[in-house]
Amino acid sequence: MTPALFSFTLIVLIPMLIGFFYAFTDWNGIVGSDMEFVGFQNFVDIFTRDDSFLHALGFTALFSVCAVVLVNLVGFFLAMLVTQKFRGATLLRGVFFMPNLIGGLLLGFTWQFIFVSIFEAVSKATGLKIFSGWLADPQTGFIGLLILTVWQLSGYMMIVYIAQIQQIPESVKEAASIDGASGWQMLKSIILPLMMPAFTIGLFLSISNSFKMFDQNLALTQGGPYKSTEMLALNIYNSAFGANEFGFAQAKAIVFMIIVAAIGVTQLVITKRREVEM
Amino acid sequence: MEEKKQHSKRGRKVAYAVVGIVLGCIFLFPIYILVLNSFKNTKGIFTDVIGFPNAATFTMENYPNAFEALEYVRSFMNSLIITVIATALILLISAMAAWVLVRYKTKTSKVIFLLFAASMLIPFQCVMLPLVGFASRIGIMNPTGLVFMYMGFGTSMAIVMFHGFIKNIPAELEEAATIDGCGSFRLFFLIVVPLMKTILVTVAVLNVMWIWNDYLLPSLIINKPGWQTLPLKTYLFFGQFAKRWDLASSGLIMCIIPIIIFYLFCQKYIVKGITDGAIK
Repeated sequence: MTPALFSFTLIVLIPMLIGFFYAFTDWNGIVGSDMEFVGFQNFVDIFTRDDSFLHALGFTALFSVCAVVLVNLVGFFLAMLVTQKFRGATLLRGVFFMPNLIGGLLLGFTWQFIFVSIFEAVSKATGLKIFSGWLADPQTGFIGLLILTVWQLSGYMMIVYIAQIQQIPESVKEAASIDGASGWQMLKSIILPLMMPAFTIGLFLSISNSFKMFDQNLALTQGGPYKSTEMLALNIYNSAFGANEFGFAQAKAIVFMIIVAAIGVTQLVITKRREVEM
Repeated sequence: MEEKKQHSKRGRKVAYAVVGIVLGCIFLFPIYILVLNSFKNTKGIFTDVIGFPNAATFTMENYPNAFEALEYVRSFMNSLIITVIATALILLISAMAAWVLVRYKTKTSKVIFLLFAASMLIPFQCVMLPLVGFASRIGIMNPTGLVFMYMGFGTSMAIVMFHGFIKNIPAELEEAATIDGCGSFRLFFLIVVPLMKTILVTVAVLNVMWIWNDYLLPSLIINKPGWQTLPLKTYLFFGQFAKRWDLASSGLIMCIIPIIIFYLFCQKYIVKGITDGAIK
């Protein structure tokens, strides 16, 4: 008991509390340098002096909405597909899940290669402008991050959904099909309502994953061009280690935490309410 | 009528398989393209990035070169040692803590448990800066310090998962052992741990995947030559060899291979880990 509490207190709780203190100072990150208490100035600055945080917030929010919808749709579709009985279904599960194991950094670099080299080659071969200059502007950077995320996370969501699909008793499905339910009716009236617990989890995981995304962002676009694809986590990192404004970055981190927690809790409450008791 | 039904059933199976194969190919495409280009020289990648390597562009040089540039053996060992030790310690301290929290129910134990559970919502960025300042002040910017930090960050999730599992183990067995004069430590290691085998493996797998792939924390704490883990070295490598995709593609493949091997061995537990972890 004691060692767990000890390391947890030292590594998470104390820094957390010190963090609240730092957020009200102008600390530059150098140990032993002077720091001054500046009150709420850092929090005011987030919304006035430096518009990069607000930009990153907008980008992250838009990105998360798209990513959450796509990841869960694709994940659910994959889960429905591989739970059908056909040859190779088990092997496919492995294939769809595999990208998830590879670290975000490696994924980012891999896709950088695809977008920059492969897409350029395709553009040259086919003459299609749409494949040219990927990651060089905000739009393709955004779509690039989105493709990477869907590729990485939908296999994870698939596993979550498979577990739930397997809990739906065959008898319920059989009864519905005897009563003459069509495939669509079955999906809408039987499967989806019984899947709600899995959606609660799937949404929660994908929201928190996309909101906190860092490695992929760093490796794929580095937030560029000109910070246009910088997400919140990278923005905080850059203002701490790029601009040496630790106090300011810490204030951003606290705002970040409040946003993440608020969204997470709201979502849990809303979807929990819609779950059907079996 | 019956025959027609049979027929459409088979047709549907074929359709599923076709859709599955197409999607499978899309999912595997990035890896396939990396493997392909890891056997080409720079000219080969520049002139024809999609085709197979031919006599003029085929090379086996990339792998040994990338192996050297990544200092693969050393980085791999650094990653391995840190991952194994940190995971083992997380399991040990969290399992003990969770057991105590379940078996000795008091107001304090409930508060402590809630504290652990709630802390899972704290994003890393929120703790990152004070932690770095604090670590450099007390001089733990080294692998030992890093392992200790993983212990701090890893316990919350592990305790929550162990807690859920131990709750469902009947206490009678332990009570009987206590009556027979078994002390707490022996009770824990001889009776409780064997019962927890499945959840221990599951939590271990989840932690291994997280620590092995982690970039940000090690980059802040142990980013010095000699200590670098595989993800750190990969990042540096990309800084050094920007646009050298011959080396980069083979380097990436070499970093991905250990993960794939790990997956093949632990597939069952990984899937179980995700399912259990998600339900909690």
